[in-house]
Amino acid sequence: MNLPPYEEVDHTADWALLVRGRDMSDLCLVAASAMLAACGARPAKGRTNDRRLELHAEDREGLLVSWLEEILFSLETHRRVPTRIDVTVSPQLELVAHWTDAPLGEVEKPIKAVTYNDLSVREAVGGLEVTIVFDV
Amino acid sequence: MPKTDDRLTKQDLIRRSPFLWEIPVTHRSDMRVPVRIFADDKLVESALQDASLVQAVNASTLPGLVSHVTVMPDVHQGYGFPIGGVAATRLPDGVISPGAIGYDINCGVRLLASDLSAGEVEDQLPDLATALYANCPSGVGVKGSVPLSGKELDRICREGSRWADQNGFAEPGDLEATEEDGRIDGADPGAVSARARERGRPQLGTLGAGNHFIEVDVVDRVFHPAAADAMGLRSGALVVQIHCGSRGFGHQVCSDYVRELQTAVMHYGIQLPDRELVCVPLSSPEGRRYLSAMACAANYAFANRQILSHHVRRSFVQTFGERRGGWLNQVYDIAHNMGKVEDHNVEGEVVRVCVHRKGATRAFGPGFEGLPPRYRSLGQPVLVPGSMGTASWVLLGTEGSMALAFGSTCHGAGRRMSRHQAKRSVRGDQLRQELEAQGVRVRAGSLPGLAEEAPSAYKDVDAVVEVVVGAGIAAKVARLRPVAVIKG
Repeated sequence: MNLPPYEEVDHTADWALLVRGRDMSDLCLVAASAMLAACGARPAKGRTNDRRLELHAEDREGLLVSWLEEILFSLETHRRVPTRIDVTVSPQLELVAHWTDAPLGEVEKPIKAVTYNDLSVREAVGGLEVTIVFDV
Repeated sequence: MPKTDDRLTKQDLIRRSPFLWEIPVTHRSDMRVPVRIFADDKLVESALQDASLVQAVNASTLPGLVSHVTVMPDVHQGYGFPIGGVAATRLPDGVISPGAIGYDINCGVRLLASDLSAGEVEDQLPDLATALYANCPSGVGVKGSVPLSGKELDRICREGSRWADQNGFAEPGDLEATEEDGRIDGADPGAVSARARERGRPQLGTLGAGNHFIEVDVVDRVFHPAAADAMGLRSGALVVQIHCGSRGFGHQVCSDYVRELQTAVMHYGIQLPDRELVCVPLSSPEGRRYLSAMACAANYAFANRQILSHHVRRSFVQTFGERRGGWLNQVYDIAHNMGKVEDHNVEGEVVRVCVHRKGATRAFGPGFEGLPPRYRSLGQPVLVPGSMGTASWVLLGTEGSMALAFGSTCHGAGRRMSRHQAKRSVRGDQLRQELEAQGVRVRAGSLPGLAEEAPSAYKDVDAVVEVVVGAGIAAKVARLRPVAVIKG
């Protein structure tokens, strides 16, 4: 059975997403897509920009939080939403992302922070999975 | 490693009295103190439905805890630390945990009272709701009403509501009727990241989204006439609650320190069951730096609610006309997400502690010097908002709250249903119609957001209040009934 790349998990106060990926690069890509879909971020017409981002963290969980925080910051402060993302994570946990972003059209529900709550990237059938709790 | 999936059952709890339960320190080997839960049978069952109590047990492993971790009857699952939790750590070497204070630093409630009779102005309430929605910026991506330079932001970090007062956003008596006079000591803007500053600058004077709101209520019933009189609460009169916090500024401060302390916590050799509880000793350079940054965010939140009060007052003037002395006097303004250094009497000894309150309100009893003179013999006002369509409460802190809960009590109704579940079972447009039919005018930017905050997603606030009153950690002053709600 093919599992969906991500699904919403019940959480009383906030939002939790169970995210799956083939490897760390894929997990970061799916997590970003899932987060953008969950908050209903949609681009407006306007000039697109290409961006490059490098991040490093001591562990996989820290890298995931830093990566998602970068996107949230861009959404809230620069009002830009990624429309295409390429992301590569090396075994040394160096993340390199190239993304194209567009002006933010709308956000249905803002995500305010990415938490470390019970955050643990686990080996799973078909690769990796992680449950991420977002403060909303 | 214990996880929040390892739920507790009622068999894990010892009932100490009709409204007090305990998870003994023997429940798990890494607990340092017991967990005490204020609840009746129904609310304790509700708390067992999610991971609230496991999170409270996880919190009881923090180094330097004094006496016990307290859980309020409105508890629900948060991230790391439960929402509705209180933990006191001993100075100087107990820990400070940013996650145990929360992302929305100094999220809190302000209450403004009028002597306008709701019955006499009922026809104007829709206009008032519309004016409040227009004047109080809310929702996603809305720019603040007060553009800030970097220097002005520094002043807000240091001065909180005083800055708002000096810039024409306060009325006489507002600051005195605000916790800590609207300014926490020890703020250092140098402890705040450039990213937090960038998020904070455009957002001052905004309500935001999520569970934040402005609500117009009627004083439905008075239980303590002397206290209600001191607060200016008259039966049948209109009052306004403002519920919001430090916006993206506070969220970024918390995010920055939760991330930075992940390395520091290892340096101090602290083992934790959940990384969101990351902490460092209060006396450490990292701990002191976080406290300085937290104070900046707390002061930003005080200024934010002060500016929103100014816009609420403008809305009253637009709706009801000018009046000498204005329409609204501030009853009180109180935080429910904060870390405060306080002295408490623990088993006969005065101990200086940092009280982490996350989704819990300070509730100091009679005689507290920090209260305005008119409240000093009564106790500190406590503001407990309900959930659109249900009651809210004004309470007082008591000697019992000092003795049993580090001067704390509940902060609201408390969620019982996930946002996901609420969206599945409630439609925003239908909810708005139902509330309007009940006489609650709704002005909301997002219908899905409205559905997530449906009254059915929350516990019964009246039952929560009966528990804190029954347990002796608060006393009733007045019950409020909503007539208009403004949400982002």
